Amino acid sequence: MFACVLVLMQLGFRAALFASATALPQAMQGELFLINPLTTALFRAEPIPRVRAYQALAVPEVAQAVPIYLAQEPWRNPETGTHRAIQIIGFDAQAGAIAFPGLAPLAAALTRRDAVAFDARSRPEFGDITRLLAERGSLKAQLGDRQVEVVGTVQLGASFAADGNVVMTETNFRRLIPESRASDAALIALRLTRGADVAQVHNRLTKLLPPDVKVVTHAELVEWERRYWDQQTPIGIIFAFGSLMGLMVGMVIVYQILFTDVCSHLRGYATLKALGFSHRYLQLVVLGEALILACLGFLPGLALSAVLYRFVGRASYLPLELTSDRCVAVFAMILTMCVVAGLLALRKLRDADPASVF
Amino acid sequence: MREPVEAFGLSYAFGTGRLARRVLRDLDITVHRGEIVLLTGPSGSGKTTLLTLVGALRAVQLGSCAVLGRELAGVTDAERVAIRRRIGFIFQDHQLLDFLTARQNVAMALEHDKASGEADRMRRAIDMLSAVGLGHCMDLRPAQLSGGQRQRVAIARALVRDPDLLLADEPTAALDRQSGGEVMDLVSGLARERGLAVFIVTHDSRILGVADRILSMEDGQIGQPAMCREY
Repeated sequence: MFACVLVLMQLGFRAALFASATALPQAMQGELFLINPLTTALFRAEPIPRVRAYQALAVPEVAQAVPIYLAQEPWRNPETGTHRAIQIIGFDAQAGAIAFPGLAPLAAALTRRDAVAFDARSRPEFGDITRLLAERGSLKAQLGDRQVEVVGTVQLGASFAADGNVVMTETNFRRLIPESRASDAALIALRLTRGADVAQVHNRLTKLLPPDVKVVTHAELVEWERRYWDQQTPIGIIFAFGSLMGLMVGMVIVYQILFTDVCSHLRGYATLKALGFSHRYLQLVVLGEALILACLGFLPGLALSAVLYRFVGRASYLPLELTSDRCVAVFAMILTMCVVAGLLALRKLRDADPASVF
Repeated sequence: MREPVEAFGLSYAFGTGRLARRVLRDLDITVHRGEIVLLTGPSGSGKTTLLTLVGALRAVQLGSCAVLGRELAGVTDAERVAIRRRIGFIFQDHQLLDFLTARQNVAMALEHDKASGEADRMRRAIDMLSAVGLGHCMDLRPAQLSGGQRQRVAIARALVRDPDLLLADEPTAALDRQSGGEVMDLVSGLARERGLAVFIVTHDSRILGVADRILSMEDGQIGQPAMCREY
């Protein structure tokens, strides 16, 4: 049970890491995207010239090219006055390049001067903006050096890179961060015409545009982000290693249980051998015990993990989700772990000498 | 037709090389069908070792030992297991499984009888327990039985699969006079009824009366037998 809980939690954290890290690219609506090949992750994207958007529009199948700007600025909690860095996402909301739940009704309001939409799934340290909006109808807040108007909320979620998010138009973004240049976008979302061949447009754009931008599909953009967290930060390997350690510890525990059981019933096993039970039969008995332990450990482990997922998910604001794929995979791991432990415990069975019963 | 037990020139040593300790020395023994043979002797004389060799619980090292028509010298572990299934064993301290009832302990001996189903195995176990006078105790666990009752369950387990040879090691050592007498009467009665060859290792002089032949063993060799009955 311990191993089951540990592995499910580690894999859950790992999946939540990737889910939260890729939530922003997942929400993007383009079929193709232009990014700087030196960009490792979106939260610290290398700039690309905005003119590349116009160049992409030269391809007839490209219907829209929407630059997206990303930055981080301090947000002042309207109630406590504390400051905390928040991610700012600037783009033309009316162009539909990104689709967060709750964004569409706010697209027109966001065009107002200093208007922002607040991510309601941000960490609570930014303030209970949803409640304040409901109480007051409108809300002024301080973002960086500017006072902004919160016109509504969207749903995106915190991640390892950003504890919270606000969404605004490109114009308001440049007002907020004057040192930012309109020519420097984090990435450019390309929406194609209906029926356009994505692969063909991809090839044409790759040939057309200079090497300071890379053309990627939506899936490749998501994978790009996921790969950064998996391979270029210790987080991915830590959770993977944590899962492995959970399995190793579980295997040792199961082995100890089976070994102790075989030892304490050695005389019984020897008697069974004397009565004509083969060594192979008794090996299957021990392995059967291992499988029973796997099932008896998995079910309560799964139940406890479901409770922990809910509790930890709420506390950490991470999207912890107990998927059926993960449950099946962990059950297979637990079975394998128990079988290996059983195979190791079989060595002790050799000590059951039927001649010793006399 | 060969006798149930025929051993010639049987020798056995524990350990190897200079540390080898010889416990059986060039021993000859035959147990006839339907015969009850008691083997006595001081501790360390090799009685139990001989019993384990005849019971196919150890590999034969030197000499010949044919049990139930099958030569044991040079056979594989799997072949020894197959021979054991035709032998009934009664151990000194019953060796029942504590977590099983009397009925389950007896039925367990029929586990490798693939020809019979679960219901048939249980029925045979019940019949055997009734034959040894424990029809009323079949759902009790060993801890709930007296010493004599446990040994009866062990006898039932040994006999339930209708063996051709019964081997017993000190079957009455842990029993009082009355229980010991009852157990031996049961064994000898069933043995004669079924034509079993019975080979018993014992120090218990109280049970010598059931024997057809009494062998005395010392220093790994068998002395002149005492015949109780002509066979």
